[in-house]
Amino acid sequence: MLDFDWQFALLLLTNGLLIGLMYALIALGFVLVYKATDAINFAQGEFVMFGGIIAAAAVGLAGANFWVAAATAVIVMIGFSFGLERVVLRPLIGRPIVAVIMATIGLGAMLRGFGPLMFGAETHPIDMPVSDDPVYLGPVMLPPIQIVGAGVSLVFLAAFTWFFLKSRMGIAMRAVADSQQVAMAMGINVQRYFALAWAMAGIVSALGGLVWGSMLGVDVHLALVGLKVFPVVILGGLDSVLGAVIGGLIVGVVENMAAGFLDPYVGGGTKDFAPYVLMIAALMVRPYGMFGRRRIERV
Amino acid sequence: MFHRESGVFKTSYAADMALYPLPVARWAMAFFAVLFVFIVPFAAGEYYVSIINLVLIAVVGALGLNILVGYTGQISVGHGAFMSVGAFTAANLVTRLDAPFWIALPAGGAMAALIGALVGIPSLRIKGLYLAIATLAGQLIIEWTINHVSWISGGTQSSIEVPRPSLFGWQLKSQAQLYFFLLAFVATAIVATLNLVRSRIGRAFIAIRDQDIAAEIIGINIFRYKLLAFAISSFYAGVTGVLYTYYLGVANYEQFQIDVSIDYLAMIIIGGLGSVLGSIFGAIFVTLLPIVIRTFMETFGGLLFSAQDLLNVIPNLRLMLFGILIIVFLVVEPEGLNRLWRNIRNYFRMWPFSY
Repeated sequence: MLDFDWQFALLLLTNGLLIGLMYALIALGFVLVYKATDAINFAQGEFVMFGGIIAAAAVGLAGANFWVAAATAVIVMIGFSFGLERVVLRPLIGRPIVAVIMATIGLGAMLRGFGPLMFGAETHPIDMPVSDDPVYLGPVMLPPIQIVGAGVSLVFLAAFTWFFLKSRMGIAMRAVADSQQVAMAMGINVQRYFALAWAMAGIVSALGGLVWGSMLGVDVHLALVGLKVFPVVILGGLDSVLGAVIGGLIVGVVENMAAGFLDPYVGGGTKDFAPYVLMIAALMVRPYGMFGRRRIERV
Repeated sequence: MFHRESGVFKTSYAADMALYPLPVARWAMAFFAVLFVFIVPFAAGEYYVSIINLVLIAVVGALGLNILVGYTGQISVGHGAFMSVGAFTAANLVTRLDAPFWIALPAGGAMAALIGALVGIPSLRIKGLYLAIATLAGQLIIEWTINHVSWISGGTQSSIEVPRPSLFGWQLKSQAQLYFFLLAFVATAIVATLNLVRSRIGRAFIAIRDQDIAAEIIGINIFRYKLLAFAISSFYAGVTGVLYTYYLGVANYEQFQIDVSIDYLAMIIIGGLGSVLGSIFGAIFVTLLPIVIRTFMETFGGLLFSAQDLLNVIPNLRLMLFGILIIVFLVVEPEGLNRLWRNIRNYFRMWPFSY
């Protein structure tokens, strides 16, 4: 690669950063749940897909406009997450962590079957009210949908950072995450905060579904976005909002760079492959991630 | 009723260590042996035998995964990929070197064991969630590698045709012949697992599952046994992959994607974690469920859906039922079908004089 194409690299970089912010939005749902309840949501991608499907169904079947559809998706996802916490996850409290992992894997399978079963397997569009003409920023060309997506992510990341640092509920949630027993002793209703954490994950997933759904179209493959959540959260740290952002940016850039520079040599698919290689390396060196809380355990 | 522990006197070590110490259990085993060897393959039609063959293949894989998840307490979301490693190793050996099945099959298993142990290495440092994610990464990376390295798979999206195995010069052509071939391996796998879990190794696995710190303190080399669990489990997975390849006649990476890993997890959860009988129940249940759904929907689904929709409805309904069943069993009956069977058995043990 003697004549390194700087413009191409810059394009990949900015694109990767925008995509990375959108990954961060989805990863945020995962982080919120893990932070507050210690539960691992292997169905985060399916949550996103489900949020997208509901929005698409609201547009397609009821003929609602975009904003109504967005509101519907958020409300349904909140209700769904509440119910889920109540019916599935609460009985699993205190059981081995493997049980929770497998329950969410089962949940993912359920949603992947349920979505297309109810709303059809074809790809549904969600039309965000933005134009399709790319925005030129110097030599770089950016699709507006990605800018909107990245913007939504940034707003929510800021909101959640504020929430955890300043608001009463956020502080209570951090206390719950720190030690459930102590939090209970201080008069915090732990179960309420568990439900709240899931509801917040539901909101984030609904927004993720809207953003990703309007970019890729809504069908069962939207759930594959969830596979990117793991590299993001492992790199950034499982219980860190900031980590989700940084991890998202890294994964976004790495996968775009890999797709741009490696794909021609190996015949495609590095986009889905490179983040996982990076993640394995991170797991071996620093399993708690860049900003995650370190838990020392020597067996 | 028939199940009496009293009056069974063990007068030798061999009797004490027998796999089935009770006469009733031995009679039951003999009954099943006769049933499966002399009756089933001749009574059932070609179609039903082919379904039974699928169940038999699944039993091997479920036993393997249960050794890892149920007995050792490590999780793997990558068993589909280990199966593909076995399948492609065997497929390449058979097509390139003309290897007979008795070389291709263990070679496939051994290669899968090697890769499985490699993926299991992080299990020393990480567990639970991290291990699940690491094995997920293993699944995706292996899948990608097999698909993209044409030396292994013969090119992207392609598949390798594998002839049916032959025995003493005869090729196994019909499903019934294949049935006996598979039955031999399943019987071996069941007996091997039953013996493994009550041996020194199996007890070490169980100790690690129950309390890893305590296990380390009483002198179990955790690293070694965790890797061994991964290797043994992946060996079973590799053999499953080879058997499945022989059954289908092609090796294709699409048959071993992540949903296969989830299917097998579903088998051991529904059947019962940490139980050999549970693995068998689970394999039967999960293999038959889609077939039952399809038959049911083809018969009655026409009332509700058009033929076009049915193609969409059946796989999605299957996936949804799987998810629901996994959750229901985890929440309501974590020990699975095996526990239900034990409850039934215990009820009848004293019947009709139970109080």
